[in-house]
Amino acid sequence: MSRANAQRRAARRGVLPGFGLTFGITTTYLTLIVLIPIAGLVLRAAGLGPLGVWQVISAPRALAAFRVSFVIAALATLANMPIGLLLAWTMVRYRFPGRRMLDALVDLPLALPTSVAGVALTALYVDDGWLGGPLAALGLKIAFTPLGIWVALLFVGLPYVVRTVQPVLMELDRRTEEAALTLGARPGQVFARVVLPPLLPALLAGAGLAFARAVGEYGSVIFIAGNRPGVSEIVPLLIVGKLEQYDYAAAAALGATMLLAALLILLALSAVQSRAVRLWMRTVAA
Amino acid sequence: MQHSRVTGIGERPALRIVLVACTMVLMVLILVMPLAVVLVEALRRGIGSYAEGISSPDAWDAIRLTVLVAAIAVPLNTVFGLAAAWCLTRYRFAGRAALMALTALPFSVSPVISGLVWVLLFGLQGWFGPWLRAHDVQIIFALPGIVLATVFVTVPFVVRQVIPIMQARGDDEELAALTLGASGWQIFRRITLPRVRWGVLNGVLLCNARAMGEFGAVSVVSGHIRGLTVTMPLHIEILYNDYNLPAAFAMASLLAAMALVTLGVKALLERRQTAGV
Repeated sequence: MSRANAQRRAARRGVLPGFGLTFGITTTYLTLIVLIPIAGLVLRAAGLGPLGVWQVISAPRALAAFRVSFVIAALATLANMPIGLLLAWTMVRYRFPGRRMLDALVDLPLALPTSVAGVALTALYVDDGWLGGPLAALGLKIAFTPLGIWVALLFVGLPYVVRTVQPVLMELDRRTEEAALTLGARPGQVFARVVLPPLLPALLAGAGLAFARAVGEYGSVIFIAGNRPGVSEIVPLLIVGKLEQYDYAAAAALGATMLLAALLILLALSAVQSRAVRLWMRTVAA
Repeated sequence: MQHSRVTGIGERPALRIVLVACTMVLMVLILVMPLAVVLVEALRRGIGSYAEGISSPDAWDAIRLTVLVAAIAVPLNTVFGLAAAWCLTRYRFAGRAALMALTALPFSVSPVISGLVWVLLFGLQGWFGPWLRAHDVQIIFALPGIVLATVFVTVPFVVRQVIPIMQARGDDEELAALTLGASGWQIFRRITLPRVRWGVLNGVLLCNARAMGEFGAVSVVSGHIRGLTVTMPLHIEILYNDYNLPAAFAMASLLAAMALVTLGVKALLERRQTAGV
């Protein structure tokens, strides 16, 4: 009887051999490499108690760092949405010299080590840099100001938006656009009512990924930021500072808060995404 | 009007030219200039000083350590990625969704936190710190810590590339092989692996780029001991903070070249994939 049960369970699970081995490797590896370290962080933060955690994250310097990290990440993501959409659009819809190079280069921020990006962007945007020079002449200082952080976060977030929008744009049925045009809609209307709605979930998903990456970004930011507490100090740098003072508990509290924020972003993202998909389905059905 | 084909949106020549021009300007500003500045700064003092920058003993130690760490982390995550993708796409079981989510988790964790978790476990005042100290085992500020931080950060690369391919392929061919009497290992070697190999290569490529280039996580666990725990990305930071800019950019140019090779090979792989080879 129990053998029949076991057999039925195995059949429901899947009949290919290798379940024991691959399941064993997967769970052991994930437990040792991901689960235990994350649990250690959460437990360490929990050891402070809710009040203790609150004291750490509500200290003026920490609050300022959270503001810097989240606000600038949001502003960089907002800029990345139209830029990413434009790049995806021209790459999918037009043929032009340099298109293939662009298609390969879009992933540069994912492949280029962050410390290389950091020193490169700093060299570009210092007051006598290629871009910093002309901008400084206009009275705009980028390096060692919050604007520098924005530039770095724009750089690291770009591929996420392009790469989530691009495949959806490729699959769009252009006959719908042509139908709308023959029915007398202006091109602007067609873009807003026919092209943009199905792209919206992908655009939001890309923006969410870019934002999640930007909030935690460290290497490309610290070189260009100037790192002045309260002005251009990001949360990851504050965590490093706490660790250097051997204040493990405070570092854990800040880290756990960042982790929680990242998970909430991902949750919100999947909620918004499914809502956007539903909205789109409704407009299509209507 | 009725006889001619409608001009699609964005097809008017003027608009096209404007949009393509904007794209090119943005590409140069955001993507090309950071690369160009690395090369120019590296060669500013001439080729001699460039060669000096990448051949100093500290530089060599950093290069060796970086290659060593990648050589440990990438194979580990490749074997794990294949096993996990097989397990998560070929069977239905309780907790599958949770495991699936865990494989992606390191992507959404800040690099600094990816290092911090290991310090909290194995650092002097970490959970296992006293025990490790009593037994004279050094993990943080040593090679094992750097490897662990790198492995953590690069867990998702191979597995997340392979899962969608295995899902899209389905398991019909594997089941057919099973009914014909093939063993599990034979099925994997002869059926599964050939079908996912481009995805695996793609994942390995990006995994390696990240493993060699990881900065934040490694910086937290490294302790910056010159010649011992300094990887190439950390060496750039040290040189930069010492105002040794030519050497810093020389080292940066090596990693930038690694990134460009990665992108080039990736583009080639993708062309093969779409060609269906």
